[in-house]
Amino acid sequence: MKQMLTLRVNGITHELSVEPWRTLNEVLRDELNLTGTKLGCGSGDCGACTVLVDGRSVSSCLTLAVSVDGGEIATVEGLAPSGEELHPVQASFVEKGAIQCGFCTAGMEMSAVFLLGRNQAPDEGEIRAGLSGNLCRCTGYNQIVEAVADAAERMKTS
Amino acid sequence: MPLPKFEYLSPKSLEEALRLLAERGEGTHLLAGGTDLLVRMAHGHLKPRAVIALKQIDALGGIRFDPEGGLTIGATALLDEVASHPDVRAHYPSVACAAQETANVQIRNMGTVAGNLCNAAPSADNAPTLTAMGGEAVIAGPKGERRVPLDRFFQGPGQTAIEPGEILTAVHVPAAPPGFGTSYQHISPRGKVDIAAVCVGAMVGMEGAVCKEARIVLGAVAPTPMRAEKAEALVKGKELTPEVLVQAGDQASEESRPISDMRASAEYRKRMTAVLTRRAVEQAARAAANGSR
Repeated sequence: MKQMLTLRVNGITHELSVEPWRTLNEVLRDELNLTGTKLGCGSGDCGACTVLVDGRSVSSCLTLAVSVDGGEIATVEGLAPSGEELHPVQASFVEKGAIQCGFCTAGMEMSAVFLLGRNQAPDEGEIRAGLSGNLCRCTGYNQIVEAVADAAERMKTS
Repeated sequence: MPLPKFEYLSPKSLEEALRLLAERGEGTHLLAGGTDLLVRMAHGHLKPRAVIALKQIDALGGIRFDPEGGLTIGATALLDEVASHPDVRAHYPSVACAAQETANVQIRNMGTVAGNLCNAAPSADNAPTLTAMGGEAVIAGPKGERRVPLDRFFQGPGQTAIEPGEILTAVHVPAAPPGFGTSYQHISPRGKVDIAAVCVGAMVGMEGAVCKEARIVLGAVAPTPMRAEKAEALVKGKELTPEVLVQAGDQASEESRPISDMRASAEYRKRMTAVLTRRAVEQAARAAANGSR
C-alpha cells in the first residue's frame, strides 16, 4: 500500500515510497535521517516537531507525509546556509543562552523563522504569541524571547 | 504512538469524494487539517478503514466575500487564512478573532474553521460567533446540497447534523446589516493557547442605545454550543445600561449547564459565563455604535 511521493526538503528533491499512515515527522527522521526535527508529545501540543511546509509552520507529527506530496519542506538542518555560518536565529539562540537541553530548540527556531518571516519587528508580546505553540521545560522562555528579538535585529541589519 | 493503518484517498473533485465516501462506507473519515483526526488516531481512539483527504479539491478551498451575499468559508480554509483575511477582518472581525484565538500558530496553519465545527467540541472556539451571526453549514450529499443553521448543527459532543455519506463543503455567514455589532470572548486556564473553559459569541442590532436584536451563544458550558435565549429576550427592546448587562450575564449563567472537568469547575464556568456574556454584549453594542461590527 505504499504510495510514491515527492518532497523537496531544504532544497533537495526526494522521491519516496511511503505508507499513507506515516507522518511527515517519521519520514524526515527515519527515511531521510533528518533527526534535528524532534518528536515530543505526538499530539500537536509541544511544537518540538515544527517544520515549515510551503512556508507555514506545522506540527510534523500531525501531518501525513502523503498529504504534503509535492510540498516544499524546511527543517532546522536547512537553516544554516553553508553549515559553517549559522542562521541569525541560530546565532542568537546560541549567544543569548536560549538552549539548554536542546530538545525544543529545532521547533522553537522554526517557529521563530516563521514569525520573523511575517513580522520583521515583533514586540515581546508578539514573540511570545508566535512561540505559544512551542514548549520549553528548561529555560523559562525569557532567553528564547530575547534571542528572537535579537535575531530580528540581526536580520534587519544584515 | 504510530498511526494505525488505513487506505488514503485524495480525490480531486467533490463528486469523486462523495462517490468514494459512499463506496467505502462505514469507517471512512474525512481529513481537512488533521489536527483532531490524527490526534485521535495517535491516541488509539480511532482506527479508520479509509481516510479521504479534502485538500486537493479546489472547490472546497478559499474564502469568498460578497457585500450582499455574505461570507463563505470553504471547508479547507485554514484557521490562519480566516484570521488574516482582509474581508473577514473588516466585515466579520469577531469571526477573525475567534479563528485567531483558536489553539496555537502551528494548529492554525494546519487546522480549518470547518473542521473545528465538524469535530463539534462543546468548546469549539469558532462555533459561538458563527452561530450568533446566523451562520449555516453547507452540506453536500448523494441527494444534493442542503443548508443547516449552525444553531441546529451541533447535536452533542462530537455529533453534528452531518449524515453518513455527506460532506460539509463550506460555512456561510450572512452579511450583518448596518447597526449590528459582534464580539467574541473566551477564557482558558493556560493563557490564550489552551482550549476554552468558557466562550461566548454575541451579535446585537442597535437603534441608538436600544437593543433591537440579540443573539448570544455560549460555548463549553453545555454538551453543544448553545443559544442563551432567555438572556437574548432580556436585552431585546431595552437600553443596554450596566444593570441590564449584568442581568443578561446572570440570565445566561442560569441557562448554562456546565460540567466540572480538568479545565474548570462547573461553578467557575457559571460565574465566567455571566462575566463573559456581559462583556460580549457590551462590546458588541460598542462595535455596533462605532460601525466596526
